[in-house]
This record gives sequence, C-alpha cells and structure tokens, in this order.
Amino acid sequence: MSDIKVGVYVCHCGTNIADRVYVSGVAEFAGSLPNVVVARDNQYMCSDPGQEMIKKDIKEMNLNRIVVAACSPRMHEPTFRKCLESAGLNGYQFEMANIREHCSWVTEDAEEATEKAKALVAAAVARVPYHEALYERFTDMCSRTLVVGGGIAGIEAALKVAASGNQVVLVEKEPSIGGNMARWDKTFPTMDCAACILAPKMVAVSQNDNITLHTYSEIEKVEGFVGNFKVTIRKKARSVEMDKCTGCCLCYGKCPVKVPSEFEAGLGTRKAIYIPFPQAVPNKPVIDRATCTYFKNGKCGVCRKTCPTGAVNYEQEDELLVEEFGAIIVATGWQTFDPALGSQWGYGRYDNVYSAIQLERLVNASGPTKGKVVMKDGRSPKSIAVLHCIGSRDKNYHEYCSRLCCMSSLKLALLLKEKTKGEVYNFYIDIRSAGKGYEEFYNRVMEEGVHFIKGKGAEVIEKNGKLVVRAEDVFLGKYREVPVDMVILSTACEARSDAARVAQVFGIQRSRDGFFLEAHPKLEPLRTATEGIYIAGCCQGPKDIPDSVAQGAGAAAEALSLIAAGKVKISPVVAVVDANKCAGCKICLPLCAYKAISFDSISKVAAVNEALCKGCGTCAASCASKALNIKHFTDEQILAQIKEVLAV
Amino acid sequence: MKTVGFEPRIVGILCNWCSYAGADLAGISRIKYPANIRILRVMCSGRVEPTFVLQAFASGADGVLVSGCHPGDCHYLEGNYKAFARKELLETLLEQMGIEKERFRLTWVSANEGELFARIVGEMVREIKKIGPFYLPKSWMHELQENKHGFHAEEKEAAVGGGVVER
Repeated sequence: MSDIKVGVYVCHCGTNIADRVYVSGVAEFAGSLPNVVVARDNQYMCSDPGQEMIKKDIKEMNLNRIVVAACSPRMHEPTFRKCLESAGLNGYQFEMANIREHCSWVTEDAEEATEKAKALVAAAVARVPYHEALYERFTDMCSRTLVVGGGIAGIEAALKVAASGNQVVLVEKEPSIGGNMARWDKTFPTMDCAACILAPKMVAVSQNDNITLHTYSEIEKVEGFVGNFKVTIRKKARSVEMDKCTGCCLCYGKCPVKVPSEFEAGLGTRKAIYIPFPQAVPNKPVIDRATCTYFKNGKCGVCRKTCPTGAVNYEQEDELLVEEFGAIIVATGWQTFDPALGSQWGYGRYDNVYSAIQLERLVNASGPTKGKVVMKDGRSPKSIAVLHCIGSRDKNYHEYCSRLCCMSSLKLALLLKEKTKGEVYNFYIDIRSAGKGYEEFYNRVMEEGVHFIKGKGAEVIEKNGKLVVRAEDVFLGKYREVPVDMVILSTACEARSDAARVAQVFGIQRSRDGFFLEAHPKLEPLRTATEGIYIAGCCQGPKDIPDSVAQGAGAAAEALSLIAAGKVKISPVVAVVDANKCAGCKICLPLCAYKAISFDSISKVAAVNEALCKGCGTCAASCASKALNIKHFTDEQILAQIKEVLAV
Repeated sequence: MKTVGFEPRIVGILCNWCSYAGADLAGISRIKYPANIRILRVMCSGRVEPTFVLQAFASGADGVLVSGCHPGDCHYLEGNYKAFARKELLETLLEQMGIEKERFRLTWVSANEGELFARIVGEMVREIKKIGPFYLPKSWMHELQENKHGFHAEEKEAAVGGGVVER
C-alpha cells in the first residue's frame, strides 16, 4: 500500500470541538501516522475555505484518501464526498472521524477528549487504505405519491402534489376524510368556523382528477424502497357499493340500531349504517358491522330493503390493492388524551365534566345540542371552569406541552362566555400563546371578562350539588376551591394508539413521547430515516392547524422534488460475493430480508442482486467462507479500524 | 481483581440508523459520559460478526458494546434479530475463553435515546472497572501466533502487538 496518500483535516467547529479537544495536537499526531502526507486543522472544515483547502491539497499533493475529523458523518459526509469529487477524487475514498458528537460534546475532561479524538482519527486513517472507488447508480422511479391520513395535513399534501399534475392516492382509515379538524367548531385566533374552511378542501380532494381517494382503508404492508415502493392497501368492506350509492340517506333513517357517535365524542348517537358527519367526503354511508343487527344475528336487512339503488351489499368483502409509489407521505395525525385515566378530574364520574372535544361538539351548531351549552339536566351553566394541561406537562401522563391546548382553551372560554354569559374560570400553569395573533387573542379573551387563575386544576369534587375545582392559586399563594356548574378538561394531544403499528409498517422510528421521529430535529423535520417516506402534521408532534398545513405542503414539496428528478440514487454500499471463496452453502439465502441473494445453479455460488440489496451486511457477517462482503463496510476496513482505535 | 486508576477501553460498534444516531443525540444534547468508549459505525447491527468482537478483545479492548435498533425497529427489517441470534453463541464462546460477561453487551438504543446511550456507557465503564483490565490469555496468544483463529497474517501481528506487549 505504498501508493496510499492520506490527507487528514481536523476541524475546530468554532469552539464546539476546540473547547475540549486540543485540535492542533490531534493534527500533529495525525501527521505522524502511516500513509499520512499532510495533516492540518481549520476553524470550519465544512466552510468554503475549509473545502478549498482539501481540494488544493488533493491536486497539489496527489492525495488519494481523505480523513476529516469533525462532526458526525450523518451531518457532513455528503458535503465532503462532493468536495472530493469536485477535486477529481472518488467520494468514497473518504472517512469521517466523529470528534464532535461522539467526543468533544460528551467529554468533560479536555485531555481525555483529545486522546479519544486521536484514537478516532487513527482508526479512520487505518481504514481508508482499504477504501475503493464506488459509484452511485440511478434507477427509474414511479411518479405516484401515496398520502396516508386524510386530516388537514394529509389533505394539503395530496392537493399540493396533485396540483403539479402528478398522481396521488390518499388513504384514510375512517369512512370520511377531514380528521380531527372536522370535529372542531371554531379555530383560534380568528374564530373561523372549522368546517367552513375545511369542507371546501375536502370537496376539492374528491373532485381532483389526480387524486384517488380510498376511505375506510388501511395500509397493510410497505415493501420496496425509495422511488419504487410496493404498498398493499386494505379497503375494508363498507357494505355499501360506492358506485351504486347516491348518498340519498334513506337507509340510515330506517336503521333500528342506535350507538354512541364517535364523531360527537359520545354525546350524540348514530345508526349502524351511517355517514359520520354531514359534510363527510365521500358523502356515502358505511355499515358498522360490529353493531349492525344483520351482522350480529342475520336478521333485519332494513337498509337493504330501503335502498332504492340496491347499493347495500352485506356480502361485500375486504379488498386488497397492491400499488406502486415513488414517495410516501405519512400524516396519520393524533388523538386526544383520555381524561378518564385520571380519576381526580371526575371525568366519567360527574355528569357535567366534559372533555374539550365534547365541548367543541356542544358549541357546534350541528352538534348534539344544536349549539346550546347546557348541563345534563338541560339548564344553562352559570359558571364554568376550564382546566388546562390535562395529561400535558404532567410526568404521570405526558411530560411534553401539547402546544395547542392553551389557545384552544382560550377559544373555548370565549365561546362559553359568549354563549352562556356566565362566569368562566381558566385554571392554567402558564399561558403559552406563541403564534401570529395569539397573544392578542389572549388579551382579547381577558378583556371579555374571562377569569384566569394561575394554578393547575388538581382535583374536581362534588359538594352540595355543585362541582368544586381545587387548585393552588400561585399568585395568591393560597389553596382555593372554586364552585362551578360545569368543568371542561383541556386534554393533551397524544400519539395515536396505533402509532407503534403504523411506525412498523412504514419503518419509521418514534421519539420517546410516542410521536414519529423526524430525520433531524431541526433541519429535516419532514423526512424520516427511510428515504422517500415523509411525515407531516401531528403524527410528528403536537401542532396547530397552520403548522399542520405548512407541513403538509412541505411534505408535498419533498415528494415532488423526488419525483421531479425522475431517477433515484442507489447507494453503492451493497453486498458482493467472491465467487472463488463461496462454498455454495446457501446459509446467506434465507438471512437476506430483501431476497437479494440467489443461488446460481450453474456456477454453484451465491449471487447478489444489487438493485434489491440494501447493504445491511447481515449476510456478510454470517458467511463462513468469508466470501460475502459489504462494499465500504468490508471486514478489512472494520478490522483495521478496530485495531487502530485501541492502539492510541 | 481491582486496579487503581484503571481506565477501561471499550469499543462500541453501533448501527447507523438507531444507536449511532442515538450517540449523536447524546452529543447534540451535551450529555456527558466517560471517554472510555470509542465508537465505530456499521450500517446495521446485523453486520457485526463475532470476529469483530474477538478482534477487539485481541487488540486490547476491555469491553465491547454492540448496539442496534429496538426489536421491530430495524431499518433493514430484521438485522437486529440476526445480531441477537448470534449473541447467545458468542456469549458462550466468550465465557469458555474466560472473558467475563460484563465485558460484552448487546443493547438496543434508538435514535432518540441519547440519554440511554450515555447511561449504558457509564454502566459498562463502572462494571468493567470493578473486574479490572482484560489480559489476553497466554494460550490464546500462542494460538494467535499459530493463526488458529483464521486472522489474516498481517492482522495477527498487530493484534498481538496491540493486545499484550503494551500491557
């Protein structure tokens, strides 16, 4: 390996590395390592002057391997690969030593950090002689986008992609699109009617020729990779034939079954054959087989008899569609925290304790009380308490702040004040009104005469026929009991109960709070660890409507930038078989999760299909003959690194 | 055996998608942990062959940490299960070689578990400090020289040099 010429570049990263690591000492040390021709340090290696330094050295000193000791390769590896290539060197003749995330930022002692940095650099220098030039390849891709979840984020994403002329398939689990926003009455801070601004978008989805809508459907399986995903969609049996149904509504008028309505948060009822809400898209019913008399005991059949077009079909079965997509946008949304989990709030025990979502339905003109705020006995409440942070900012439930409930509570307080003319008390920890026009809205609510008590509503009890909220008033420094007629619990925004399953289907990771994890907390909020799969809206974390819409549009831009390129890059990090060493034992065949290895029956050796191989290396680790290797993660490279990382 | 002032050297072999990212997050969050670990990146914990672990011990490591995605979260569907499947045999092998069980760990750390990663490193360092440094058995050295373990000839030299002579 006498022709190996390594250049080592140690980054200060301002003070991020230089604070703990004696950078010029590391560079000096690197200069003494075998094969190293030049070793330098620089304030910011990723900056133009830093990159120019590398390019100049490659040209002037004929360097053929480069090591940069700086941040995580997950951050700047692509930057430096490009830099090498612009100087005529293959981008894979490169290795990064992570002396920031794995060293300077996690080590207290400067001497220890410097030693560690030296070891990491030495390992990288030992590795690069085994590197070889690798070339990325490009493959054709499918131009269709799959959007999963028909809430406001998913709707926005679908509309934006469709507007570009590309095909979109929107899959929604519920019988109608609209998501959580469809249940809201008004939106803060403008007090727009939620349905009035959402319904036109829902209709636009149904009328867009570029959007295929599958409601009452779920994603069963996702195979393939960026550009060429193969997705299995389960269209659940609706028991109503969509092409025959005219949406005339005669069927559910006659249905004898009444069950609590999910859409009305249990306050109203629906039939077993039903349309979830008046503005539903598609505006066609579905039979809930779990509650339908016909499906329970084979008797009834009233809806089938009533339907003038013969659309009701009890024999309909689930349908499995297998379709191909280039990009996937996951916008599966969120759910409200169940306040019954904390008995201290009295939810489910006392008649007049409602959740925020229930109040949204109560104040809504099409809700169960036609918009009247009334107690269970029909009287109008004279005093109402709104309890903030139910399930949020509480280590017993969710440690995080749900972000949207302060504003939602203020909105509900204002609506209650307007509708009941009673006294409204907000029990809060802090008011978090960060947003355009939000603080102004908070001021307006205060001016309208809503009371604010700084202290978390700790407990709700019943005393002398009234509800009593117990709280510590932080400003008065006193424990208080406030008697009211009605209590509203402003519940947390939490990850959906099926988030774990959905995450597994799409290969998305989750953060500790249960929401889906983005590729980078700041710079890649819409990407996931799986290329070509994007996330938008509250499935990633609590968001208000404008943020969800912005993310939906952003995810559409991500998908479109992929599609517009027309080709997807295939990593050259794949398995390779040395036919001379392969014993033909076939151990590797069943180990490959992608079925990328086949057995060549003529030459009696294993063969790798590079288009299917993802480069995980499980096969290489199991090959007894050492015939299988992973490019860029070869045995030689890793073993050289292991030995050298311990030599310092 | 307890050794005063002994600082164990641990090799960490981490998968790119979860554990390496988790270690990155520990850094981004400025969570401090002992500098005893030196981290290598592989694309998947399924890539880690027992030879890597043995080589680390042969090269003078006092401990080896292999970490991947949580069960069900593997970026490559099931590579971490393959790593797990190898663990049992490897642990038996290490035990037969007289290598204490505290010296080898296979863990699951996700991309958002920076804190957990730092805690695992801390624990490992504490436990290995208790049992003291790892000395390559003399008989092992002999076998290494005879190349009975199948290491390449050039590696053998470095392995013996790095592991025994310096200590």
